[in-house]
Amino acid sequence: MKVGVVVFPGSNCDRDMYHVLSDVFHFDTQYFWHDKGLPKNIDAVILPGGFSYGDRLRAGVIAAHSPIIKDVQKMAEKGIPVLGVCNGFQILVESGLLPGVLLKNESLNFMCEWTELIVENNKTPFTNKLKLNQKIPIPIANGEGRYYADDETLKKLKKKNQIVFRYGDKVNGSANRIAGVCNEDGNVVGMMPHPERAVESEINPIDSKPSSLIFESLLVQMGAKN
Amino acid sequence: MSLEPRELDELKSKIGRSPTSTELQIVAAEWSEHCSYKSSKKHLKMLPMTGPLVINEKGYDSGVLDVGGGYVVTAHIESHNHPSAVEPYGGAATGVGGVVRDILSAGTRPIAIFDGLRFGNIEKDKQARWLFKNAVRGVADYGNCLGIPTIGGEVEFDDCYENYALVDVACVGFGRKDKLIKNHAKKGDVVVLLGGSTGRDGIGGSQFASDSLESEDRSAVQIPDPFIEKLIIEAILEARTQKLIHAMKDLGGGGLSCAVSETADALDIGIEMDVNKVHTRENDMHPDEIMVSESQERMLIVTSKEKLKKLEKICEKFRIGCSVIGSVKFDNKVHVKKGNKTFANLSADIIANATLLDLPSKKPVYLETITQEKKFKPITDYSNTMMKLLSAPNIASKIWVYSQYDHEVGIRTVIKPGGDASVLRLDNGKFLSVKIDGNPKQCYINPREGAIGCFEEACRNVVCTGAKPVGMLDHLQFGSPKDPEIFWTFLESLKGLTDFAKDFAIPCIGGKVSLYNETPTGSIKPTPLIGVLGLIDKKPLVPQKITDGDCLVIVGDTKDELGGSEYFEYIHKFIGGNCPVVNFKESKKNMKTILDIISKQIIKSAHDCSKGGLAVAVSELCMTSQIGCNVSLDLVPGEKLSSDRILFSESHSRYLLTVEKKNISKLEKILKNNKVSFKMIGKFGGEKIHFTNNDTSVIDLRVDKVHKTWINSLRDLVLHG
Repeated sequence: MKVGVVVFPGSNCDRDMYHVLSDVFHFDTQYFWHDKGLPKNIDAVILPGGFSYGDRLRAGVIAAHSPIIKDVQKMAEKGIPVLGVCNGFQILVESGLLPGVLLKNESLNFMCEWTELIVENNKTPFTNKLKLNQKIPIPIANGEGRYYADDETLKKLKKKNQIVFRYGDKVNGSANRIAGVCNEDGNVVGMMPHPERAVESEINPIDSKPSSLIFESLLVQMGAKN
Repeated sequence: MSLEPRELDELKSKIGRSPTSTELQIVAAEWSEHCSYKSSKKHLKMLPMTGPLVINEKGYDSGVLDVGGGYVVTAHIESHNHPSAVEPYGGAATGVGGVVRDILSAGTRPIAIFDGLRFGNIEKDKQARWLFKNAVRGVADYGNCLGIPTIGGEVEFDDCYENYALVDVACVGFGRKDKLIKNHAKKGDVVVLLGGSTGRDGIGGSQFASDSLESEDRSAVQIPDPFIEKLIIEAILEARTQKLIHAMKDLGGGGLSCAVSETADALDIGIEMDVNKVHTRENDMHPDEIMVSESQERMLIVTSKEKLKKLEKICEKFRIGCSVIGSVKFDNKVHVKKGNKTFANLSADIIANATLLDLPSKKPVYLETITQEKKFKPITDYSNTMMKLLSAPNIASKIWVYSQYDHEVGIRTVIKPGGDASVLRLDNGKFLSVKIDGNPKQCYINPREGAIGCFEEACRNVVCTGAKPVGMLDHLQFGSPKDPEIFWTFLESLKGLTDFAKDFAIPCIGGKVSLYNETPTGSIKPTPLIGVLGLIDKKPLVPQKITDGDCLVIVGDTKDELGGSEYFEYIHKFIGGNCPVVNFKESKKNMKTILDIISKQIIKSAHDCSKGGLAVAVSELCMTSQIGCNVSLDLVPGEKLSSDRILFSESHSRYLLTVEKKNISKLEKILKNNKVSFKMIGKFGGEKIHFTNNDTSVIDLRVDKVHKTWINSLRDLVLHG
């Protein structure tokens, strides 16, 4: 059960994600630098948060053209679970793996705060242990986190059950309070909040269990496969 | 402005000839106040710099503490006042960049940033508002991009900073002791410049600019690029792990001039370098410009020829510049060439060691009458006063600031910003608690006691999390040292800090002096900023939610000490009175007692009493837990005072403890045994913050109303004026 953490120049949550995957949930975890490919034996791929290429032009847009993204696309097509968190989500959107775009927050400020997520789809590899409408206390930390898509796309997202998480409150002006989406097959998930910052009770002032279920879901998914 | 005539004569006599233009630039940069500390250095030696945990190594830009289990914590503080006053975004951002590289220089990973920001009166001054808004954004954009959490700090507004800004940034690093860079150089070693390209930005940054450069009207403010800094951090830590670095220094004030000469001087070596080898942003840069450019995101590294190949490979991976600009010699000379032509050839010792000054000092005249108080009209209901104080920019919640900082990245932040000290978890199972504090209002009234007060307040804050103070950072910010009265305030502050540090055995592990902080209307108030690092061996006290029936206990005496208080200055617009004085014996006893209580895990939270006094401290507890409290002022221990003085005195060494009813007798027993002054003064419950004095109501406010004002007023002020 190998999980790959993709590292771009400017990624800055890669070490946090690695720690959680390997030390907390005991996945066999490995870093992959953006300019190389991914080996075939990877069972899940995670794109961590950060400021790839310093958010130049637009968050995630340059990283979306990295050589490794081609392999991520191939794996996504094969149905391998792919998770993008924060900048990772922005990269997945910019590379066309997920629908929509992420715009500057309504406040025009970078926002770092604890919010509440609501689970809208518990059929993905990252949510199968969560209950529908379950609440997850979790921090966000982004400047460009406002999810946007045209009405037609939003309708389609709803119809095909591609909305994975919503915010409990109006946090940043996201369309339909969307915080995370998946592709049509459900194996590629992107989310703005940081689950890796919420799974250890020592640093989670509210409740670390719901966020843990995101990673436990992946354990279940990969266990099922093996 | 270059060198003063006296200094030029001195240089000539030391080298026995006239200096070349490049030599003049190099020496002027290094002999500037900013780099040489010539006015302050003689006196700074009084601070205690050693202690059981302190690791002293030559050439470090940061302090190093051994925190056990094979790990070290590094810390440093810097300011970027002059640039931030001109260009707040770039000034603040590059301020972050500079101090982060100081931490990196020791071979440790930066794990937390703290910022102390000071501006003019943002309620009436639009420029101050603009400076504030953009400095915050500068810190946010830079720190967030690096992925280093900004987890604490303070923001203060005072008329003395009109048209000016103090932007102080502290950084804490963490690493393995065996991976610390032990600065050294071997024969045949090469000198490498790594990172961003050298451009014309920042020329004149460290207090000098020759006529010819001035006429080109170059910006003295450096341009920030956090993306390159992030790549440098990762590249250098990778090189450190592979043991490819013999010695390292960050390029800060004075650029290459200072980095090269200080490295040569610290390691007792010579460095021969060729400016043609420096990767520059523009083609036609003169050697003088290359030597003094303060372009950001650059590091100087000494390594061997064999290790160089591996270092170059790492730089290739991160696509950052890496130029071999020179080599190590054993003649102790800084030899700057362009191709074969020599532009400077001076002894490193002469460059790096400016003659230290012993400036005259004189007690300022204003201090003779400052303690005299005005009579204020007594009022019976302080509810309005309290509302006004809680919406005052200095007291209102700073959430608008810290919510723009990523304070979670790195997944170490156990106690988040917004409370007392912030707490980080370390890899050895321990916790690090850090707080920075300044108080120019009190330091103006009494430079010595004010400075000690900042030190004690920072200690109190870390103590409230259960941490024992183990190290101190000082940042001494004053006006022109050439004014004997200002220099006197500098010396008084320094002596006060020294006395406290020695008495409490808290070594100074790093610091900075920033002088010539002058605004168009005069000098700033004395603004020493003190950072305290505390260590928690087992478990920090994370404040728990206060619930109905919990008790409020105060430890420490409330005295008639309102000089420099927010109550006098913000409410009564009065500067003067008696500055709070720390009683060392009482302070130490209280700290020890609080740590003892926290280790026994019988209280829900400990909160320090400071700006705005008891009234504000109680309100903060109520607002955070959304619960009311009934407090009897007549029970508060200390001097017999009128209601307003008990409410708003800013006496030190006071702590508010919240405790469940079932633990109150246990708590009182410990307090009694430790012989500290204490009293249970209130009970939590209901929806109102209610202060009474002998059954007469003095403050009666709804928590939700107060909370709304406190949380929103600073943001509203910034956004809507």
